[in-house]
Amino acid sequence: MVIAEHRRGELRDITWEMLSKGRQLAESMGADLGVALLGKGVNPFADALKSKAKRVFVVDDERLEVYNSETYEKVLIQLITERKPSLILVGHTATGMDFAPSLSVRLKMPLATDCIGIDVDGENFSLIRQLYGGKINASASFLKQGPYMVSVRPGAFPVMEKEPLTGEIVSIPSPLTDEGLAKRFIQYVEAAVGEVDITQADILVSIGRGIKDAENIPMVKEFADAIGGVLACSRPVVDKKWLPKGCQVGTSGKTVKPKVYIAIGISGAFQHVAGMKGAGTVIAINKDPKAPIFNAAHYGIVADLFKIVPVLRDKMKEFRKS
Amino acid sequence: MNIIVCIKRVPETTDVDIFIDKSGKDIDKSGLVFDLNEWDSYAIEEAILLKEKLGGTVTVLSLGGEDSNESLRKCLAMGADDAIRLTDPAFNGSDGFATAKVLAEAIREVPFDLILTGTQAEDDGYAQVGVVLAELLGISHAALVNRIEVQDKKVKVHRELEGGLEEVFEIDLPAVLTIQTGINEPRYVSIMGIRKVAKKEIKTFGTSDLNLKLEEVGLSGSNIRLEKVFLPPVGEGAQMLEGKPEELALTVFNILKDKGGLT
Repeated sequence: MVIAEHRRGELRDITWEMLSKGRQLAESMGADLGVALLGKGVNPFADALKSKAKRVFVVDDERLEVYNSETYEKVLIQLITERKPSLILVGHTATGMDFAPSLSVRLKMPLATDCIGIDVDGENFSLIRQLYGGKINASASFLKQGPYMVSVRPGAFPVMEKEPLTGEIVSIPSPLTDEGLAKRFIQYVEAAVGEVDITQADILVSIGRGIKDAENIPMVKEFADAIGGVLACSRPVVDKKWLPKGCQVGTSGKTVKPKVYIAIGISGAFQHVAGMKGAGTVIAINKDPKAPIFNAAHYGIVADLFKIVPVLRDKMKEFRKS
Repeated sequence: MNIIVCIKRVPETTDVDIFIDKSGKDIDKSGLVFDLNEWDSYAIEEAILLKEKLGGTVTVLSLGGEDSNESLRKCLAMGADDAIRLTDPAFNGSDGFATAKVLAEAIREVPFDLILTGTQAEDDGYAQVGVVLAELLGISHAALVNRIEVQDKKVKVHRELEGGLEEVFEIDLPAVLTIQTGINEPRYVSIMGIRKVAKKEIKTFGTSDLNLKLEEVGLSGSNIRLEKVFLPPVGEGAQMLEGKPEELALTVFNILKDKGGLT
């Protein structure tokens, strides 16, 4: 059973990715694929999902208008206890990370988080997870009896086109009451829009943790200026308040699609790569030859950025004059 | 406001060449530098900021061997009042669930209003301990928190979502919040600061002190086990450019002209 994820009127990509992987797993397990859809007025989503699963379990309740771990858990405990799926897939997203661990405890179901590989042989699952910021992969197995819950890394499983299923929409009565909640949703808040819109740039020069100090940023900015590029960054630079949030490329920041993306001193955590994989050409500069960023780049330069960036800056000015 | 912060000491692996050890189940950690998990450094800072504003105490908890004292002392130097280390050879091999189980039993003995953890650890990246802990203690939680305002017997928190969006929740205390990086600016700890807390007692508790059974901890209490580790497969990978910086500059310039429309 896949737990569908949606926010502000849109089904999120992870839902299709889980359904695609879920279908493959269900076929090898000889099981049916179901999808749980919680929300308010979500019939259009149910219609969109029914070609991807055998059953779409819809719990429609105005108290489910926005995500809240407390309401989600109540509904899912009832649904899962009734339907007894052998495997539950949840997104390893801001939403899934908030409810999957507690739901797994409540259901006494072993949970494997942030998986990038899931295989099944009879009743045995073998999983692949990443360690040390993506520098190492690990195969993992469950130690206890199923049913199991797996949280799936966004972008890890491609959406495969397969012949449509004729899914049945099953309406499930909501177990929620007007009983007070210990956790209450107030509102969504949008991050402030920066001065420069990095999503519109043809050339982005992006810096990461490797920049080491705010005082090293002007050097890269001058390089970016020399090629008519815009300065962007990965998460650690924003965490340290060296550049504003509007400059951040990645899952929790902006998704960018420049013609050329130059990643300087960025290790390449999957959250960052998710935001820049649509770039036409990626050039990565990093001193660590094993940095995951080189797997996401078209061209790689293993070098100390403090040695190479000043040369790049000066030479670009020179080349463009001549 | 009495706050508990759960922390972990982890090896620094960014920009370091890492190798798989002989067991094939982990990396070779000899020669690596260890430090407080990055997410946890934001969690402890947030706890100390709240204490400075509202009074109360900060107790820091970690599961680990004697080496973990180093990170616990760093937290004491930052301003935590007490440190507790949960240690037992039987804890080895604990996954996120078993770790949370041990933390939960230890926390039952300590009065608290709020628990902070990092959202995830840099090494194993489970991103589940804080939320599992909340459920084991039967209290509310929020993950990926990047802003906290304490109100009377409740907190208003911002959760970081995808694409620069945040969602705001009001949560009754007690609660567990898992802290996202960037929520504050963790203070610098000087060597002098560490020296000042060098003599401070760090209490230790093991399985028998915590009313835990052996089958509840370590591998036997865990849900998953890592079988082996390997280097991620290199996809098509990047075409590696080599040469002197001046030659590389020309290559980069040509790529920019060719692909980026640079004139």
